[in-house]
Amino acid sequence: MSEIARPQRPENVYFFGTCVIDLFYPGAGLAGMELLKRQGLRVVFPADQSCCGQPARNSGYLDEARAVALRQIETFPNDWPIVVPSGSCAGMMKTHYPDLFEGRPEHARAKAFSARVYELTDFLVNVLEIKLEDKGEPVRVTWHGSCHSMREMGVVDQPKSLLRQLSNVTLVENPREKECCGFGGTFAVRQPEISAAMVTDKVAAIEETGASQVLSGDCGCLMNINGAMDKAKKGIAGRHIAEFLLERTTTGGAK
Amino acid sequence: MSDFTKRAPIALNDPTLRRNFRRAMDGLMVKRAAQFADPQAWAALRERGAMVKARAVARLPELLEQLEAKCTANGIQVHWAESTAEANSIVLDILQKAGAKKVIKGKSMVSEEMELNHFLDGHGIKAVESDLGEYIIQLAHEAPSHIVMPCIHKNKGEIAQLFADNIDGLGYTEDVDALTAAARRALRDEFATADAGISGVNVAVAETGTLVLVENEGNGRLSTTLPPLHIALMGIEKLAETLDDVPPLLALLPRSATGQPITTYVNMITSPRKPGEKDGPEAVHLVLLDSGRSRVYDDPELRDTLRCIRCGACMNHCPVYSRVGGHTYKFVYPGPIGKILTPQLEGLDCAGDQPHASTLCNACVEVCPVKIPIADLLVRLRTESVHPGGSVAVKGAGSRRSWHETLSWRGWAFMYAHPKVYGLATRLMARLGNLIPENAPMMRQWTKIRTKPKFAGKTLHELAREKGFDHE
Repeated sequence: MSEIARPQRPENVYFFGTCVIDLFYPGAGLAGMELLKRQGLRVVFPADQSCCGQPARNSGYLDEARAVALRQIETFPNDWPIVVPSGSCAGMMKTHYPDLFEGRPEHARAKAFSARVYELTDFLVNVLEIKLEDKGEPVRVTWHGSCHSMREMGVVDQPKSLLRQLSNVTLVENPREKECCGFGGTFAVRQPEISAAMVTDKVAAIEETGASQVLSGDCGCLMNINGAMDKAKKGIAGRHIAEFLLERTTTGGAK
Repeated sequence: MSDFTKRAPIALNDPTLRRNFRRAMDGLMVKRAAQFADPQAWAALRERGAMVKARAVARLPELLEQLEAKCTANGIQVHWAESTAEANSIVLDILQKAGAKKVIKGKSMVSEEMELNHFLDGHGIKAVESDLGEYIIQLAHEAPSHIVMPCIHKNKGEIAQLFADNIDGLGYTEDVDALTAAARRALRDEFATADAGISGVNVAVAETGTLVLVENEGNGRLSTTLPPLHIALMGIEKLAETLDDVPPLLALLPRSATGQPITTYVNMITSPRKPGEKDGPEAVHLVLLDSGRSRVYDDPELRDTLRCIRCGACMNHCPVYSRVGGHTYKFVYPGPIGKILTPQLEGLDCAGDQPHASTLCNACVEVCPVKIPIADLLVRLRTESVHPGGSVAVKGAGSRRSWHETLSWRGWAFMYAHPKVYGLATRLMARLGNLIPENAPMMRQWTKIRTKPKFAGKTLHELAREKGFDHE
């Protein structure tokens, strides 16, 4: 988190792609890796990675969560930062891995692993102090902060500060930005009616901003929000911030 | 069974109820935020509040004995109730011995747990609620929908109609002052003629035997001073070690609850009327209710639940509560605190669905003035609900276990912990996943208001390799 002393700029970073990005939004993952690469870092994507284990942990299946978590810990052996393009998965790995292995032989390893975990936008802002040059056309966007990025990772202003660096991008604040979109992993299917009410309200709040795009750092939220916006034919695109940033800073890349 | 999931749509499909809650919760969030505008001061104050309550909860058994000794020395008669049934019979016994036929009540959630009004009514004793919100829902024959603002689910028009129908000589009016005045007039007579007063307790100070009671309407003070007999009801967790612990709790409670810097009335009750004093009840009784709390205390992690000072901030900020309202929870304590407290008091076999009715968004954790790790405790209770024999502390542990869910998670863990299996499965899913029909199980709930998630065709694993990113 931002108040903790920053490490030196590393030469190598690990990238943890997350299971949602792996299957549904690989473009967001690639964009995140490309942004890091452009900063002169060697980006390593260990092939044996899968999922942080959050779905099992949040459902109360801790042994299953531990089995998957341990596999991730083993997959990132070197003492390099682990950059995650999701506040939710990063939150699981940073704040819950130590709890998950409390009182077990793997605890020290889990803690050491956790200390190396960074949410992508936080890493870009606070470790790399990235400078962005906007090459795109004027656009109005709004931001959706995910619950876990804000409340587990302390990532609140970092992504917005990146957007503010872009001269042609107008960031319209959403007064209900901090309210949960209703995804909650299995919550969306366990409590479909409540989840539907929440995402419907979220979409309405996004629409009220008048933005043509909603950006987020979490593809779980985006899958939920985009699904609801598409079904209701709102004509608003929900995108991962990494993709947006890469596009805006690439000549001829901005849509 | 609490049937939370089944009842939720009833509230969700009631536009008036949705609007009432949304508007009320929005207002409460703004008011609270204004009270804690300085993040550092807030962090320091809540740290103190959390410490005060954590210390008190850690020493619960000895502090309760100290409280009993102090109260007894001060002339307050202390009673222990293991269950709500026992608490009811204690109260009835006290009232019958005093020949009481009518009691006036200040707000008490413990009395709601006991369903005291109903119980007393069955024994020919009339209980009149004197808190305006409680008075309103008593007229409507409803249960509280919020622990601090019991009639928050009703709007002005609904209350105006209720008063017009129930208070003699009052026509329909939405004038708040007129409505309040009408309730005040009706209640004055009740205060004057009540044989006993019943109240809750916000904080009991073990060091001095002091019962602290906060309120805004003066009804708490009248209920506890005017009638000749006062019975205070409290859950055994509402303790503080010393008087010095009270100021931080009072600085947190009303600001978190209603966004007020302090309540209009802060009552500190230490004894019945002493010789030579002109007012106060002749006898004061304190009923300490356990009803499952000592079981919560037995578990060092779940014990944090008992820190709660009942401010209601967690429900005011809960995106689920603000949509389904308090009655969907069915039990006395709704919202996030209810989702962790109810399954522990009533059992997971009875309210095991409630810990699952959360996105774990942590909005409640962010505002809890005593730092209860609500989201972690929800996960703990989810774990208990599917693991029989996991914990002796939680009644009904394992009651939600099913073979197909257990097998699914085992299969899930196998796939995600074995990279080769994962690689093969995800490559297949990326290519074939879009063939899953909209009405497939699980997908059906999703696609009701959303389009299907789109599988990408190729996984990030494949694309990273193609783009030449290193693997180690």
